[in-house]
Amino acid sequence: MKLQIPLLICAIAGIFMAVQYFIPAALPLYERVNDYLQIVFAFSIVLGVASVVHRHGGRLVRRKKDWVYSSLIIFGMLLMLLAGFIGGRGPGTLFQHLFNAVLLPVQATMFALLAFYMASAAFRSFRTRSLDATLLLVAAVFVMVGRLDDFKSLYIPDIARWILDGPNLVSKRAILLGVGLGMASTALKVVLGIERSYLGSGKE
Amino acid sequence: MTCPAALGVLLAAGLLLGRPALAQTGPPLPARDLRVEDKPLDAGRALKISFRRAEGDIAGGASGVARYELRRMSPGDTGFVALRSFSPLEHTEAFGTDDVGLSPSRGYLYSVRTYQATGDYADTEPVGPVSPRRQWFYTNKVNTLVAVILFCGLVIAFIQAARRGRSLFIRRIAGLDAIDEAVGRCTEMGRPTLYIPGISTISDVATIASLNILGQVAKKIASYQARILVPNRDPIVYPVTQDVVKQGFLEAGYPDQYREEDVYYVTNDQFAYAAAVAGTMVREKPGANLLLGMFYAESLVLAETGASVGAIQIAGTDAISQLPFFVTACDYTIIGEELYAASSYISREPTLLGSLKGQDIYKLICIILIVLGVLAMTIGAIAQGEPFRWVNEMLRVRGTGG
Repeated sequence: MKLQIPLLICAIAGIFMAVQYFIPAALPLYERVNDYLQIVFAFSIVLGVASVVHRHGGRLVRRKKDWVYSSLIIFGMLLMLLAGFIGGRGPGTLFQHLFNAVLLPVQATMFALLAFYMASAAFRSFRTRSLDATLLLVAAVFVMVGRLDDFKSLYIPDIARWILDGPNLVSKRAILLGVGLGMASTALKVVLGIERSYLGSGKE
Repeated sequence: MTCPAALGVLLAAGLLLGRPALAQTGPPLPARDLRVEDKPLDAGRALKISFRRAEGDIAGGASGVARYELRRMSPGDTGFVALRSFSPLEHTEAFGTDDVGLSPSRGYLYSVRTYQATGDYADTEPVGPVSPRRQWFYTNKVNTLVAVILFCGLVIAFIQAARRGRSLFIRRIAGLDAIDEAVGRCTEMGRPTLYIPGISTISDVATIASLNILGQVAKKIASYQARILVPNRDPIVYPVTQDVVKQGFLEAGYPDQYREEDVYYVTNDQFAYAAAVAGTMVREKPGANLLLGMFYAESLVLAETGASVGAIQIAGTDAISQLPFFVTACDYTIIGEELYAASSYISREPTLLGSLKGQDIYKLICIILIVLGVLAMTIGAIAQGEPFRWVNEMLRVRGTGG
């Protein structure tokens, strides 16, 4: 029963989602099911918070390795919670100030780091160790230089456009076709109960 | 009067005479041909409404009409309520709109009011009551239905064939073969394996594929009595990964080796998650990083940090825009559909392998159809008049909502 009920729920939900695609009248029910998902998500957030508190609270209490980081997480979480509950979340509140002055810049910093990571990744991959890497390097040079109007007379922007619209797009579409079929096949296996690894085991 | 001035006056007079009536005198005239009909291929929530301009009002001209106002009387209403306005300056002879958010099988009355600049107005005769109707099949999706039935049929047929013992050849996938090597390396080095199941939700098929792989990987790691770390970004995925890993350890016969704190929730925020996982990589120094699932802009942050700590890295995603980052920063990359094939490939279970074969045959059919479609459209274009346009129609896929 422990396995049969989840499999049955999964099969019913999966079949409904496939069938509703062909039935206009099923749209309201589809929207209702999506609303239920929001409710499930709201409950699962509680699970997530409990996990954070359990993991980092435990580290803090037992003074385990890197407990200082855990104390920062717990402090940050409590601070935001209190700021939200006491002062509200509207404009000009402490919650908004913390969000705008701390969280957003930190997020922007992480995003900005991507530029450096890109440079180091590009350096590694553009080392011409093989034919593939050489082709990649040549294509990348054309595409990057092709962004500049100065090289119009050498037809480099045209070559860059051809690389993007030709070989690049064809490869992307080929991958997409495979991905689509892979998705459909996985979904079918899950709905039919053949693929059960996501349930933790394939056996009762 | 100078000559140019006289010409200007003549031109202005000519323009005035040539224009339709600038301001209509007398009572305003109502709009014409108000039509209300059910919107096809919907859930019975919308009606299609169209009407033509009032007599004498010309598209783009100034005939004294200030605006047209569409009005509706719903069941239970005591009078008409304005829905939306249409400007007579629009260069169109007929106006149209969809009235959405209606209830199926309830009757609605419609009227159009023509306002003049003076404030006078004239109403059309009310049309209706008209009821929106539910449709039970998207008739324009027959081709998709046929394709779905064919695909399901092929996959199920090959699964049955595999169950009957037919041997099926599946090509080698280097990235998946390397998982064994990576897990073994971790065990030898006494370091944990870091498994990142992507940052998408459980409704993403790539996440489900990743969870399927996690089940197999957890079993392998448990059999080596090694450690696996699984940081989660989605709170719904988190309990599932916990259960999957726990079950893997149980099936391998080492339930006592499972550590609950190793499968944990981090945060729902994308870059906070990336920062936390990058921190884990630096502090825990995992021997192998498995990045399998759906990734977005954080992919390179994770992959580059992993590379910098010297971990063997196997990444797999169906996010095309992230694949180049993984290819450059990881040792092995599982590209697109290989991610979905991974669970079958690792488990080597015949029924799962059968589905891969069915998928391959369907892909072959798709390739043949693409070649035929390109040929038909090219011949059609050369012959002019596109006699093979029906091929294009036959192969067109329509999204949700028809």
